[in-house]
Amino acid sequence: MTRFEDELKNNNFVCSECVKCKHLVWPPSDYCNKCFGDVIWRPVSKKATLVEFSSKDGKLFCIGEFENNIRVFGTLEGNSNLIRGQNLTLKYCNYDEMPKFVFQTD
Amino acid sequence: MKKVAIVATGLTKFNKTEKSLDSIMLSSIKSLFENTRNLDQKDIDVVLTSTNANKNYLANIISELSGIKPKISHSVESLCNSGTNSLVSACAYVSSGLSETALVVGGEKTDSPGLVLNWDMSRGEFKHPIFWASMFTSAHMRKYNTSLEDLAYVSIKNHNNALDNPYAYFEKLFSLDDVMHSKNLTENIRQLDCSMPCDGSAAVLICSEEKAMKYTDAPIWITGIGQKTISASFTKNNDLTSMESTKTAVADAYKMSHKTSKDVDVAELHDAFSVCEIIELEDMEFCQKGHGAKFVRELYDTGNKKINPRGGLIGAGHPLGATGIAQVVEIYQQLSGKAQKRQVSSAKTGLVHNMSAGSTSSTVLVLES
Ligand SMILES: [Zn+2]
Repeated sequence: MTRFEDELKNNNFVCSECVKCKHLVWPPSDYCNKCFGDVIWRPVSKKATLVEFSSKDGKLFCIGEFENNIRVFGTLEGNSNLIRGQNLTLKYCNYDEMPKFVFQTD
Repeated sequence: MKKVAIVATGLTKFNKTEKSLDSIMLSSIKSLFENTRNLDQKDIDVVLTSTNANKNYLANIISELSGIKPKISHSVESLCNSGTNSLVSACAYVSSGLSETALVVGGEKTDSPGLVLNWDMSRGEFKHPIFWASMFTSAHMRKYNTSLEDLAYVSIKNHNNALDNPYAYFEKLFSLDDVMHSKNLTENIRQLDCSMPCDGSAAVLICSEEKAMKYTDAPIWITGIGQKTISASFTKNNDLTSMESTKTAVADAYKMSHKTSKDVDVAELHDAFSVCEIIELEDMEFCQKGHGAKFVRELYDTGNKKINPRGGLIGAGHPLGATGIAQVVEIYQQLSGKAQKRQVSSAKTGLVHNMSAGSTSSTVLVLES
């Protein structure tokens, strides 16, 4: 189990940030994918923007983007008048074989 | 770089069987040998296999089963574009002079592990391909007013083309109504918008210019190669109405072959889902951006088989590791004038587009007679 997975299980979304160039490395890794510098784990903002969305069996799913960088798939809760680019909040995250993200409209 | 010719092909019927992967792959090699003059196992110095089946030592197993003792043999895996990836590698061996004659064989079983994208932290629990396809579809529908009916025309066109392909998985005519009312997998992806995983194998033999005439009077030349990977994670393709890796790969392939989309007489495009063909037609400059759906409709209405004459992945089936090679087999047959009822008249230049995992990686080949 990696730190990333451990933290997700505790409802904390963390990612690796390069100590040399400050790049936020996604997907999480032990080294920076720009400069191969060492990384530290830091919390990712809970604020996201809506990149795209669809639904399956009436349940919304989407791609949300954090910090103009990290894009992930997640389920989406909230009103149905969705607009691409609107603000979302990460309501909940978990890890069970794969990451799980739940977004909420603001 | 030395010129590289395709001189022979082999194919199996795409279906669902009890046969082992080895046996399926051997069947396409058997058909290749039976269709090729003067070909001896001793001639082949490279054997490359492509599959997602996680099979150790597969190229050597297949070589032994085929009675071949190659100098170079290994397997190539890159999910759905494994097939063209292996052909590109084989081309490099032949064009460099390291090999004279290379056999490339792809194969897959229906229950391939390549069907679930479970390494990607970005996709999370949405690891089935329908989810990335649904995102492309949402984006294209919004930006270009593409309708569910537009998407359905990709499916009925390709299923219709597959009726003339005796190796296709589907042997049934589907109407617009059938596609529109097939099961909704997401709000914008229906069952008949999807390619069907199945068993299948395809093989091609390539060789140097010096050797080509030994096996055929009409070799088909690989004149353009473009291949690009942008990431393993789906979410690095920023514009969801477009496929970044495809745009780079096709530009490289056109540049290498000194061709443009206007020169292409016949093309196999990777229609893993209906929306893919529409986006690819646009990104590969067969039409303007946003005009892909209109272009498909014109092809359908006029019975034009220029795009996906064998039925694409939607009509022919999608045995992952075999797909790219089966696409090459189709274009070989088209440029050889041997595509029978599927024949596009006087086709001289053909194109193959094969991509994987939501277009995170793409391969484009230009072939010429
Ligand atoms: Zn760095």
